Amino acid sequence: MSIRVGESASAPSFQQAALALLDDTQLRRNVRHATDVITRKRGLVVGEQADWQALRDAGSAIKRHTLRHLDEYLLQFEQAFTAAGGHVHWATDADEANRIIVGLVKQHGGKEVIKIKTMTSDEIGLNPALEAAGIHPHETDLADMIVQLGADKPSHIVVPALHKNRQQVREIFARAMNLPDLGDRPEDLTAAARRYLREKFLKVKIGVSGANFLIAETGGVCIVESEGNGRMCLTLPEVLVAVAGIEKVIPRFADLEVMLQLLPRSATGERMNPYNSIWTGVHEGDGPREFHLVLLDNGRTKVLANPEARETLHCIRCGACLNTCPVYRQTGGHAYGSIYAGPIGAILTPQLHGMQHSQSLPYASSLCGACYEVCPVKINIPEVLVHLRGKIVEEQSANVESVAMKAMAMVFRSPRRFEAAQRLGRIGQWPFISGGWIRNLPGMLGNWTAVRDLKPMPQQSFREWWKQREKSNG
Amino acid sequence: MAETRELMLARIREAIAVQHGPELPLPRDYERQGSLSAEARVETLLDRLREYDAQIYEASSENVATTVTNLCRQRQVKSLVVPEGFPAEWLPAFGGMIPEGELDRKPLSEIEAVLTTCTVAIAHTGSLVLRHGPGEGTRRLTLLPDLHICIVREEQVVETVPEAFDALREYVTAPITFISGPSATADIEMTRIRGVHGPRYLDVVLVRG
Repeated sequence: MSIRVGESASAPSFQQAALALLDDTQLRRNVRHATDVITRKRGLVVGEQADWQALRDAGSAIKRHTLRHLDEYLLQFEQAFTAAGGHVHWATDADEANRIIVGLVKQHGGKEVIKIKTMTSDEIGLNPALEAAGIHPHETDLADMIVQLGADKPSHIVVPALHKNRQQVREIFARAMNLPDLGDRPEDLTAAARRYLREKFLKVKIGVSGANFLIAETGGVCIVESEGNGRMCLTLPEVLVAVAGIEKVIPRFADLEVMLQLLPRSATGERMNPYNSIWTGVHEGDGPREFHLVLLDNGRTKVLANPEARETLHCIRCGACLNTCPVYRQTGGHAYGSIYAGPIGAILTPQLHGMQHSQSLPYASSLCGACYEVCPVKINIPEVLVHLRGKIVEEQSANVESVAMKAMAMVFRSPRRFEAAQRLGRIGQWPFISGGWIRNLPGMLGNWTAVRDLKPMPQQSFREWWKQREKSNG
Repeated sequence: MAETRELMLARIREAIAVQHGPELPLPRDYERQGSLSAEARVETLLDRLREYDAQIYEASSENVATTVTNLCRQRQVKSLVVPEGFPAEWLPAFGGMIPEGELDRKPLSEIEAVLTTCTVAIAHTGSLVLRHGPGEGTRRLTLLPDLHICIVREEQVVETVPEAFDALREYVTAPITFISGPSATADIEMTRIRGVHGPRYLDVVLVRG
């Protein structure tokens, strides 16, 4: 099996990557601006929704219930989808999904495809797989276009190019579209994208998409978007191939009444995003005449098997946890080394492809809990982070750190040993104190002081002071 | 392929065999029925549509055709496609009208405007819902032209999203499109720009009485 989450297996640790990105002041300004705007808008539209907490409870419960019966709902979906003229494919991992999709495109003689924004396709590395087979994928979401034409990587799950400002986008478009006189107002850039893609929409015969929700009851698919590129890709081509994680299924059509209230307000701070498409299989005379759907595992069943962390699969990819996260807001998405960045990425990435990769991600958090508070489906991300940290420590064989921790535990268990250690520490620390702080410790302990300063141990502990006070009072 | 399917299902069953506690009932304590008066409901819809940059026109059931004719003139529309099943009494007196069935005369991508009805409108979110039935056209019809004119009858306006889903209950397998304003993006510096790939203009004619 080859479970892959973008290129995260070969990414440097979060802490290493973040250190370099923190020096990029332009990037930090762009990220700060974008996350500020979305956070403010989200606050307004969530604030006006009096039943928000009841919607979150319902959304969370629908997801929990679905996962508990995931096999039944997937089978129900498959049956309804097939009855409506669609074809379901099952893929255990990234390679298998890519083989199926590339095979379908080739079978229809496609040399190019138009794509709706899909994080799942980035997860499995679909674009490189298509290119390797001589098929050109055209990203049609504006932000995905910016990323693709700039040979960049997405840094946010909803707004993948939020790390680029208008001048940077202008440079990319001017070069890729050969428009030397292009202006840098967002209107100019959007108009350029419209002209550039219009012809592709009308010409390319195969569309590739993800899915926001799969409806078990009807075999329906729901795609949520803003620009109309989604509607273009799912209605104009002759063949549509969608790829979706197995956790995207919801039981009933009417469950969308909950999800379609939670998602737009959380994702873009809108009461509703401009377009939602819901459709079932193929419709005579309207839309593609062939519709394939690839159901993807790629590590999801492993996440599902862990009762402590399976709620990770509730995620509806709104990105609210990224926008609110004090860590993401400083580093942006690239530091996470995964196409799933931010708090949700920090729990999803390591679980999907095994704890041996992305071990640093569960530590890319201050556990402040802001992500849990904004999560529309109530994923307790801090709790899962702590659980994953525990697993990482368990899986590591005995090393210097774990031996040191065991010794510490022994010291902490006895007041006598603890006080003796305090006395020793007071003597041992003096060469490292400068200006009232410990800034550089030697050896392994240097990892600690590389990112924070320590207060030295006081000359007298509280217990010592208390004892002395009793003596002088007595 | 059948093997993959069985393998995945087996893995899923194995994974969910480990459960925490009993299954709890699904809470559905969110608002289902709105509480606004009919008048306030319509006003809310129009306000929210305006916020999305939609243009609003109001008409009585007798002068829908005139209102549409006037707005086409005002917008200098030269070609307008009308779907099958669109109410004949609402058709504008307009030379550039092309029935959906005669699209071979002119490709859809070259037509400037489209005129449709809708199935339900949601006040709370400012959304028009099309199920692409009679008078609503196929999905591409309301996508390629630059101006979408949508007729909404007052009694089609519901307040909440759950009420809209109740109204859609008969059409659960139909293609359905929720439209909340003209196509838009905020991908560049979070500045909302109207009109990316879908229609740049959305005109809503509200029919009272």
